[in-house]
Amino acid sequence: MKIKIIIFLIILNLNVVNAETSLVDSNKIFKNLRCLVCQGQSVGDSNSEFAQTIKLVVRDQIKEGKTEKEIYEFLIEKYGDWIVYKPPLNKVNFVLWLFPYLVFVAGGTIIFLFLKKRDNH
Amino acid sequence: MQKNIIKLSIISLIIFIIGVFFIGLNKSSIYDTKDLVGQKITNIQLDHFSENRIITGEDLKKNNFTLINFWASWCAPCRDEHAMLLKLNNDEKNLKILGVNFKDKKNNALKFLKDLGDPYDDIARDEFGKYSINFGIYGIPESILINKDLIIIKKFIGPISKDDYNFIKQIVRKQ
Repeated sequence: MKIKIIIFLIILNLNVVNAETSLVDSNKIFKNLRCLVCQGQSVGDSNSEFAQTIKLVVRDQIKEGKTEKEIYEFLIEKYGDWIVYKPPLNKVNFVLWLFPYLVFVAGGTIIFLFLKKRDNH
Repeated sequence: MQKNIIKLSIISLIIFIIGVFFIGLNKSSIYDTKDLVGQKITNIQLDHFSENRIITGEDLKKNNFTLINFWASWCAPCRDEHAMLLKLNNDEKNLKILGVNFKDKKNNALKFLKDLGDPYDDIARDEFGKYSINFGIYGIPESILINKDLIIIKKFIGPISKDDYNFIKQIVRKQ
């Protein structure tokens, strides 16, 4: 009986894992893609020819079982980083990614020094 | 001393802000994919326009240079570049032109070629525009010059101009 329960739980668990992996939200992807021919619109917001075609291709790729990351990688390869609203970290844009952290550390240091100085007085 | 530091900081900040605006506003805000050269186009699969077969990368590897031109009968700038394509097809034996008919009606496309002439060595059909994404196309007309290794040499956004024609001629004749 115990073995049957364990097998049942394993099968159930596998089904849940499969369901999770195949659940790629196309609308989320559309929102993260920039419509290259529109002014400040995402693919999800736009009804342009380009946006419609991208939507078709993304839906096809989801059906083929591609992950969200794979779809972004494919489109970045074809259109460059500009196609995604959140570009991946690379040697060109690493300063942009690091800048907020640098500001955070520098700000923290200034506050720390300021407080230390005030305590000494 | 402290006043000088504050002054210097304010001046540096102002220079920085002006610099950012100067560079930012001088830069073209219209993005294009012209810089995406040197990449290999993979997974080429296009439906042939009139025959029941698929045009693949292997077919394009047979040519020294291929100009892949995305066009449609409903696209007005495509009419403008047509004369250049005819001239290229006529003058450059080292170059094959593959036309990809984009989101078009077959009859209209045939009429377009009958009226203006056929510059293409082969024609493919992209009925829903899906294949165009694999080539990084975002509007038509757009053309891609590739070599026999399927590496992108240059992308032409918009109609082929006289300068583009000269560029293609120069590249193709170098070989």
